[in-house]
Amino acid sequence: MVADAAPSQLAAAPSRAPVGLQIRAWLARRAESIAIPVAAALAGFALFGLFLACLGKSPFQLIDIVYRGGFGSSFALGNSLQRAAPLLFAALCVALPARLGLVVIGGEGAIILGGIAAAAAAQPLASLPAALAIPLMACAAAVVGAVWIGAVGWLQAYRGVNATISSLLLSYIAIAISNHLIEGPLRDPTSLNKPSTLPIGDAFMLSPMPWIGVHWGLGCGVVACIVAYVLMDRTTLGFAARIAGGNVRAAQIQGLPVGRLIVGFTALGGAFAALAGFFEVVAVQGTANGTLAAGYGYTGILVAFLGRQNPLAIVPVAVLLGGIEASSGLIQRRMQLPDATVLVFEGLLFLVVLLSETLYGRFKIFSPHLWAEKRETASASAVSVAA
Amino acid sequence: MGVIYVGPKDDYGYNQAHAEAAKALKAMSGVEVTEEERVPETNAVEKTMESMINLDGATLLLPTSFGYYNPYLLSEAKKNPKIQFRHCGGLWTDKDPKNAGSYFGYIAQGQYLNGITAAYASKSKKIGFVAAKPIPQVLNNINAFLLGAQSVDPNITCQVIFTGEWSLAVKEAEATNALIDGGADVVTCHVDSPKVVVETAARRGAFVCGYHVDQSPLAPQKYLTGAEWNWLPIYKSFAEAMLAGKVPEHFVRGGLSDGYVKMSPYGPGVSDAARKNADAVKAEMLKGGFQIIKGPLKDNAGKEILPSGKAYAEKAVELESTNYLVSGVKGSV
Amino acid sequence: MSDGLGIWTVLLAVVGGAIRVSTPFLFVSLGETITERSGRINLGLEGTLVFGAMSAYATAVMSGSPWAGVAVAGLAGGAFGLLHGYVCQLPRVNDVAIGIALMLFGSGLAFFLGKPFIQPSAPPLPAIPFGFWSDLPQVQAALRVNVLFLVGAALSVFLWWAFRNTKAGLIVRVAGDSADAARAMGYDVDRIRLYATGAGGVLAGIGGAYLSLYYPGSWNEGISSGQGLMAVALVIFARWNPLACFGAALLFGGAGALGPALQSVGVSQGYYLYYAAPYVLTLALLILTSSPNRALAGAPGELSLSK
Repeated sequence: MVADAAPSQLAAAPSRAPVGLQIRAWLARRAESIAIPVAAALAGFALFGLFLACLGKSPFQLIDIVYRGGFGSSFALGNSLQRAAPLLFAALCVALPARLGLVVIGGEGAIILGGIAAAAAAQPLASLPAALAIPLMACAAAVVGAVWIGAVGWLQAYRGVNATISSLLLSYIAIAISNHLIEGPLRDPTSLNKPSTLPIGDAFMLSPMPWIGVHWGLGCGVVACIVAYVLMDRTTLGFAARIAGGNVRAAQIQGLPVGRLIVGFTALGGAFAALAGFFEVVAVQGTANGTLAAGYGYTGILVAFLGRQNPLAIVPVAVLLGGIEASSGLIQRRMQLPDATVLVFEGLLFLVVLLSETLYGRFKIFSPHLWAEKRETASASAVSVAA
Repeated sequence: MGVIYVGPKDDYGYNQAHAEAAKALKAMSGVEVTEEERVPETNAVEKTMESMINLDGATLLLPTSFGYYNPYLLSEAKKNPKIQFRHCGGLWTDKDPKNAGSYFGYIAQGQYLNGITAAYASKSKKIGFVAAKPIPQVLNNINAFLLGAQSVDPNITCQVIFTGEWSLAVKEAEATNALIDGGADVVTCHVDSPKVVVETAARRGAFVCGYHVDQSPLAPQKYLTGAEWNWLPIYKSFAEAMLAGKVPEHFVRGGLSDGYVKMSPYGPGVSDAARKNADAVKAEMLKGGFQIIKGPLKDNAGKEILPSGKAYAEKAVELESTNYLVSGVKGSV
Repeated sequence: MSDGLGIWTVLLAVVGGAIRVSTPFLFVSLGETITERSGRINLGLEGTLVFGAMSAYATAVMSGSPWAGVAVAGLAGGAFGLLHGYVCQLPRVNDVAIGIALMLFGSGLAFFLGKPFIQPSAPPLPAIPFGFWSDLPQVQAALRVNVLFLVGAALSVFLWWAFRNTKAGLIVRVAGDSADAARAMGYDVDRIRLYATGAGGVLAGIGGAYLSLYYPGSWNEGISSGQGLMAVALVIFARWNPLACFGAALLFGGAGALGPALQSVGVSQGYYLYYAAPYVLTLALLILTSSPNRALAGAPGELSLSK
């Protein structure tokens, strides 16, 4: 994809240069990949402020509200982090297959079915101790999710069915199946006006993480992102996947098992997405019901693309999104604006951030070559002086 | 006080009925209303409640959607013992926290009156119901609609179609068309925004009964009447209790006689006879204790619900767990 | 109505449903076909559809003319399309991601501006009663065909013809199959794609107008329920062929009518599974017609989705 061209050149340049220069070049690149999105986010804020000003509202109040509602206090930060937790998993379901060039937009289905699988597994496991039962429930969810999204990969690799459309269709089918199960075979007969599965029981409920007060989905989600990063950027498997994603024919000529890579990475993505549903059940609801279809899967697509399919970048992007959603309430209540305001805000912000990708490499100040060359000429002149 | 809605405030339906009451409350002196719309039934609503308590200083919270109660409202009520929570839906029992409570209206009475006007307007003797999900609330409404119609003509049947979601415009329109294609000539519904059903039915030339709020402007000729919520008396009583430093009632439920449910004005399609009959039944309901479900009554699979001589009056708890459709309703739970 | 009519009722409902429900799918998928044929993908047409629905309804309420609404929806949709087309020609900007952001922005803006128009009634678009020959009201109702449906049908034939036989169609296809070839022929690929995305937006906006001004024929925030996204997916199903888009839209609309129709004749168990019929059917057909050896036939070579 986009990132391919630049790093290969960069990798070539610093290898000839001394360590100090390598670090400089690395820093310059990092500075670029932080400065540009931050500047873009600020520009997005400014644009939305303009929109508000046109409506006669104060743009400065907006900054105050997003700060106070999303990040300014431990309560606000907890609120943001809680909303970010399921997005981490959902975004991985997009980012992992993306390495292989697949655009998977049906993570929602895996989340819902994962939640149902976890809740359904709790019944036969009821006699086991929680320390054993909860991981087994997580496994049940992960297996269902892996099969669901893995099927998308399998269809693409072995039947030639486009992953984007099959994952979207499968997510609608998953919603129908889950509604059928929740209101039919799996329904708890005492769940009257909100059809749900049988509760998993308090013993199987996870308590929140210490200090932060957010459920364990956040901690596990961050770990999952790190694991995914290591897998994709630090292992041969991830490297093979990237080659296959870049050029299928080349990968096949190299003898890489492209089909199995596709199935494996989509299945892993599905398993992660299903864990979002699992945590929704064991840490939040205590039962599976229609609320599992809360749209995390779709928001996850956005998070993954904003994070440029990099698992580590998913974490801050998800927190930012969580913060904006968290401040949505205050935007409504303090500024007397309708709920749709936050959608406009998010849309504008992301448009600008995505647009800013075009700026990479445009500013000389961030160019590692510039830094490396400058130094080289400097040292060259130093040499000549010495001579 | 803080009011929380699951959908947009102006959906011309369920949420709007609440929002209208909340708006009227803003005029009361000493009452400050803070509102948040489109809050999903996830742990997001916990955070909304906490935020209203911590940042807005709300002391009374009114989360208006069913799914907010368990576990979200319960856990917040335990965390904030000084704050009062009143939930729309009738789920509170005395085992739950003492600072929580429920309120709801017997809107099935309105659907019963809808059924009476429908029976007079129907020529095919088939009426239709577009329903979201087969839950007790909805089933009570379907049963009441048909029983009201059968009180006029026992041969009337009612076809029901479930759309499966609370708000799904195209499916609601398709369901309305399917009902009318099946011969129904009066249609009503229980979905979050009845607008689509009302307009589609009127365009097909069928009569229609409204729900949640008054939709008569959408179909002035075809709109018979409608069952509407009137939350203002409840909200007012809550606010007055809070202002007086008292604990608002824990469990408030009522129907027409309490003023929590009201009817839209009759449309031109309602004949004089229908008007007279409906008014007479309404007067009966206003006395309180009206029985819609009374024996002998069978469900549509032939099983007995109630033997002769027994009945569920409006406040009967059994109505909270309805899981049947009465004889004459075509459809299954 | 006797029960003997049961099966006919269902069939009729499916035909009627296909005609009623398919139009938005048709317009959006035709629009997306033009865009994707030029080598770009615009996932944001869901947002364009919703904005089109809102702007059409609002215009019709204020002006009293539904056709003015259709025009405004088309213009607004075109503006969204041009925005997408312009932004995506900048280097390194990902068209899929921009589409998702535009989906959010379009729906958000539509909800935001559409609040005051939820209550008022707008004049609907006219329909032609092709069922006049029948005495059955069901037949008459099923065959009330909206003008936009006919326009869409004609358009799919025209586009099918134009992609093969006109210079403009050929240029778009060349740009989509190989940007280098198009450049070698002296064409400005970015400009072609800009116009193609703009045209796609116009059609998606008109599809939205159909939603709010004819069927279901009202404006509220639940009007679309993902039709725009689904229509984009149908383009792949239809293999970028405008005629196949017409078939796919009809199929999808008809299958969607199956659930309510079956309930109305008494088949009421497991209706959620019937509601999944359009998706299951599409997936099954897709699997049957795909082949691992033959990479998507008809897929534009430059499309990021099909590489």
